[in-house]
Amino acid sequence: MTGDQDARASSQLRSNREGSLRDTQIRFRFLMPTTAEANTPTNPKSGQGNDYKEMYSKSRPKALPSGVEAPDFTLRSTPDQWLALSEFRGQPVVLAFYPADWSPVCGDQMALYNEMLKEFHELGAELIGISVDGAWCHAAFARDRKLHFPLLADFEPKGDVARRYGVYRDKDGVSERALFVIDAEGQVHWSFVSPIGVNPGADGILSALEDLQNKQATLATT
Amino acid sequence: MINQTQLKLPDPERDHIQGAIDAPIALLEYGDYECPFCGEVQPIVREIERRLGDDLCFAFRHFPLTNVHPHAEHAAEAAEGAGEQGAFWPMHEMLFANQAALDDESLAEYAAALGLNAKRLIQEVISGAHAQRIHEDFKSGVRAGVNGTPSFFINGQRYDGARAFEPLLAAISQPARIA
Repeated sequence: MTGDQDARASSQLRSNREGSLRDTQIRFRFLMPTTAEANTPTNPKSGQGNDYKEMYSKSRPKALPSGVEAPDFTLRSTPDQWLALSEFRGQPVVLAFYPADWSPVCGDQMALYNEMLKEFHELGAELIGISVDGAWCHAAFARDRKLHFPLLADFEPKGDVARRYGVYRDKDGVSERALFVIDAEGQVHWSFVSPIGVNPGADGILSALEDLQNKQATLATT
Repeated sequence: MINQTQLKLPDPERDHIQGAIDAPIALLEYGDYECPFCGEVQPIVREIERRLGDDLCFAFRHFPLTNVHPHAEHAAEAAEGAGEQGAFWPMHEMLFANQAALDDESLAEYAAALGLNAKRLIQEVISGAHAQRIHEDFKSGVRAGVNGTPSFFINGQRYDGARAFEPLLAAISQPARIA
């Protein structure tokens, strides 16, 4: 085979294999910039989910700041199990609010955190994802993405926990893409609200957790 | 230890690089051999390398998302194993050209096709001989703010634009960069 044939054959194989992904991309085209769109000067940052701006309203989040007590809550983690924030008292918890299961950016964000569980655990922390999706939706999403951390359903009353953390988007009916690091005493140590279409990554979480660890080490030596 | 705020890019002590280490522009990619978007961006990277020639130093670090891409870790191991035999980049190209077939058997075939010691390579893959290095790459990326793949850094600064040829080339060849 020539190089060209080779490339074509491998791209054919790839397109078969990635068929389901591509279907998803086609279905969610309104969320995903095409190369042509990405090239237009009016849309220079479309690689970072610019199209979300058209889907979601502008909002001014008032996320709970550091130093305040993190409101306790109990939410379904599976169709027949519940999880309370207070169960984690004594260790740091990372709360990752995200708008919705299945949407592309959340998928990347949760996939990234899923790979980082070891790092979070090494820093003594547990990770929890929260969205307004129901427990069955979460179950399917977690199974599809092989997620190894709990997804909580802020489903009834809808968005109640997100509201209490100041990260609910009334007009959109979903939460912000917001991160909270709660310390072992149940206080907000760090919070961050990302633009809704932008995956905030994990560097901020790791810094916050290390900061907590350093504080504890300082306390222990004084 | 990799600097947390500004990546040392690339690090000649550990990174796989193409081009001269003292080239004015350093482009670093964090990628995953099983990620379709990484596959799509490869021809763009090749073309940018061709256009910029001696002005560019390109480096690649592993960022496998192993839960969504079950073969990504072994593929990264295979690239590192090939690197041990002096063939990181040929294997790198081979893996991206064959993203649909990255099972161990295929990895061994690619090693043989590249004239490498396939037995040694696959043993390294299975035993996770390079797992620590791959994880170091991953961790350095997370620290630097990598939030998905592919992620690019131009002279240590994260590139947040579209993963298309024109915008990437424009960002890379800003006049200030080629003094």
